Amino acid sequence: MKLLILLGLVLLIIAVHQLMRVVELSREFRKTKEWQVTDSDNSFNGKLMLLIGGFGLIGFFFWQVARWSDNLLPDAASEHGNKIDVLWTYNVYLISVVFVLVNAILFYFAYKYTGKKGVKATFLAHDNRLEMAWTIAPAVVLAGIIIFGLKYWNEITNRSSNPDKVVIELYAKQFDWTARYAGFDKTLGSTDYRQIDGGNDAGLDTLDAACNDDILVKNEFHIPVNKEIVFKMRSRDVIHSAYMPHFRAQMNCVPGMVTEFKFTPNKTTAEMRKDPYVVQLMAGINEARAKKGEEPVEFDYVLLCNKICGASHYNMQMTIVVENEKDYKDWLLTQPRFRKRVASK
Amino acid sequence: MSHAHSADLTEHAGHHGHAHDHDEHEESFVSKYIFSMDHKMISRQFLITAIIMAVVAMTMSIIFRMQLAWPGEKFAFINAMLGDKWGKDGVLDPNMYLALVTIHGTIMVFFVLTGGLSGTFANLLIPYQVGARDMASGFLNMLSYWFFFLSSVIMLGSLFIEDGPASGGWTIYPPLSALPEAMPGSKLGMTLWLISMTLFVVSSLLGGINYIVTIINLRTKGMKMTRMPLTMWAMLITAILGVLSFPVLVSCVVLLICDRSLGTSFYLSDIYIGGRPLDNVGGSPVLFEHLFWFLGHPEVYIVILPALGITSEIISTNSRKPIFGYRAMIGSMLAIGFLSFIVWGHHMYLTGMNPFLGSVFVFTTLLIAIPSAVKAFNYITTLWKGNIQYTPAMLFSIGLVSSFVTGGVTGIILADSTLDINVHDTYFVVAHFHIVMGLSAIFGMFAGVYHWFPKMFLRMMNKKLGYLHFWVTFICAYGVFFPMHFLGLAGVPRRYYTNSNFPLFDNLVDINEIVTVFAIIAALAQFIFIFNFFYSIFRGEKAPQNPWNSNTLEWTTPMANIHGNWPGALPVVHRWAYDYSKPGAENDFIPQTVPLADGEHDGGGH
Repeated sequence: MKLLILLGLVLLIIAVHQLMRVVELSREFRKTKEWQVTDSDNSFNGKLMLLIGGFGLIGFFFWQVARWSDNLLPDAASEHGNKIDVLWTYNVYLISVVFVLVNAILFYFAYKYTGKKGVKATFLAHDNRLEMAWTIAPAVVLAGIIIFGLKYWNEITNRSSNPDKVVIELYAKQFDWTARYAGFDKTLGSTDYRQIDGGNDAGLDTLDAACNDDILVKNEFHIPVNKEIVFKMRSRDVIHSAYMPHFRAQMNCVPGMVTEFKFTPNKTTAEMRKDPYVVQLMAGINEARAKKGEEPVEFDYVLLCNKICGASHYNMQMTIVVENEKDYKDWLLTQPRFRKRVASK
Repeated sequence: MSHAHSADLTEHAGHHGHAHDHDEHEESFVSKYIFSMDHKMISRQFLITAIIMAVVAMTMSIIFRMQLAWPGEKFAFINAMLGDKWGKDGVLDPNMYLALVTIHGTIMVFFVLTGGLSGTFANLLIPYQVGARDMASGFLNMLSYWFFFLSSVIMLGSLFIEDGPASGGWTIYPPLSALPEAMPGSKLGMTLWLISMTLFVVSSLLGGINYIVTIINLRTKGMKMTRMPLTMWAMLITAILGVLSFPVLVSCVVLLICDRSLGTSFYLSDIYIGGRPLDNVGGSPVLFEHLFWFLGHPEVYIVILPALGITSEIISTNSRKPIFGYRAMIGSMLAIGFLSFIVWGHHMYLTGMNPFLGSVFVFTTLLIAIPSAVKAFNYITTLWKGNIQYTPAMLFSIGLVSSFVTGGVTGIILADSTLDINVHDTYFVVAHFHIVMGLSAIFGMFAGVYHWFPKMFLRMMNKKLGYLHFWVTFICAYGVFFPMHFLGLAGVPRRYYTNSNFPLFDNLVDINEIVTVFAIIAALAQFIFIFNFFYSIFRGEKAPQNPWNSNTLEWTTPMANIHGNWPGALPVVHRWAYDYSKPGAENDFIPQTVPLADGEHDGGGH
């Protein structure tokens, strides 16, 4: 096998060598030098500019939109996420139009003004009106984008003043997540990373009585629909990032500090599973899985790690279940509490 | 010292016209090809080193793209490249995957598009285009290359150590990069990365200071700042950005070295790892992020501005028209340069940084879109009613304008903190920066190589191979990076070893396959360029004096790489660089050395 590859390489080198000899020898018979750009070079490349650059690139864009727009994330399942989606739609339409128009003009000009012998270009050094126009136009559009963007940004990042909120702590470590709920005292107990050990792997402060009834869960956590959820995030070792794409939520988890993100989920997992878009999305996914010989799955919300954190970064996830408040409360009651966990060790 | 050196050179060539011939005979192999102080040789050294680095980084990308398209499949190629330790049975190891993306990014951003691009073209063009005999300090210039070389060797050397190279991403955020327990790549590999980058910064500063001094002090008679080609403006602004921002990377890196080796706590606090709590308290990784991005953001303009300068020159020359809005182009570059220092926080909206600070950065970041848009429109207007000559350099320059626009518009989304929430750190970002920064800068670099190859090696590259290289690269580049937007919109995080580990992304397999297939073809196409490049160095057709009928000064020097650039007196400049197709002129170009005719206006008036 190696011999064959070697033989192939030798043959290739000989072929290229012979070819280049021919090119070199033919130099003497040519009227123009090889490197000189002729009218036919110009016309060839000018046409390709229109075909590949213009039609090709823009066509490729629309082909991708047609092919993949059903494979993307479903509409947001949170209140602020719906607003982000609206803003997103406006912005994406805007940049798509700019992308198509500017590339179309660029490649059209590249084709239209293809060089020919004997033609002289128009001497045009500047035009103040034009330049003002394309300074001011983007400035106005961008001002709009900034104003709307910041309005939502402030709403999303303002501290919650909702008395009815649910506070959940997300604790990240290499390579899994823990969610912590306050117990009957409605208070998350304090933490101390020095107390981490086998029975206390989220580093709760065992001297703080408020910790005793805290509820810690792994692999899957539940949240009630239509209630504001405030996430407090911590990390044990390196930076992680809590990414919940269906809710348009993301925040880094940074060792040494507590970060925060809040949202109000507005679709339960069960509702999402019936959503027509999600149904077709899952059909596509299950079709792909069938090809690989894997079991079909149902839709689930998911929490991913989105900041490089080590070898198993790609595999650090947790399932999120959104359900009505009663189911949520019932589920919470069945979960073990911190003191019991320590005691049972 | 440096001033005396160049003054000496001026004397030399000015008064004894042929003294330099004498010099050349005396030069030994070592002083001519290795420890050369001649800007032209140093430029060639930078270019060839960068090409080697680029091949390494490109090969890495092919390895991890194969893993992403066909996760877990066995490839003899991967085993051959990485051996049994990292590519057992031809399957890529997850730690090695992270190492590959890290080193791919580091090499491409710093060694190819900073060292390679600025190092090659600032060195080649600054003395030529401002009309100087050489750089202000040839010695510092030589040191600049050798620090770059040393840092390249250390970076490549780190690939061969037992625990593998640095693998915390090219942004090397601590604590991941600070704690050897966190990943194998944070052991010796990270130490070597930090040493290599520190040497790289030394190289970059030595070069940058030289570029600035040369452009400001050694312009020939008549070369006013407002007559300089835009390449010179781009190189000047780039060098200033580098000199102001790279030292911050050094401080950032030094503090990280302290945290790693001396037990300080600049970036570390409340950490439990490797089965024990660490003593470090009070530090913050967010501090690192601020310091890193204070360099990191200007860095992307350090990468893109030289490319924009190069293409300004090439588009004007080959449209046979003046660059449209010369002064607006300078103004835009100055604005971009200034703004680039106050936008770094847009990398940090979701890091725990105060959201109010985030809104300030939204504002400054979106402002930078205005000068960028002006530049794009000015390029397009330069083409309008031109007489476009399709040299390979011109093709790549138009490719740059396209990718700069295509990648630029998605920047508007990412700059908006609200919209950034859902696509931050996903493939949408990967698509954005590869197109706007990676593709544009590499297109600019290719354009520069094709355009100035005759000045560098005194021979011409093959045109047809150049065309083939461009069209395959252009198609594949979009084929690789455009679909990545859709991965991002489907919520796929970057730096995942596999995208098919959970059901969420199972329907995206075909996107990953398309991307990888295009990537492989694009990589193979680069061998057309590499062949053309090395073949033409030795066997290309002899270059004439001014093959592209260009106005700038470099085309007035003899087609021989002589010490001091001009055999007699330095040329005197009488006009700006963009008198192409000027009404009333006989030719469609008027070199900068031609005096203004009676009643003729300089700088675009006529």
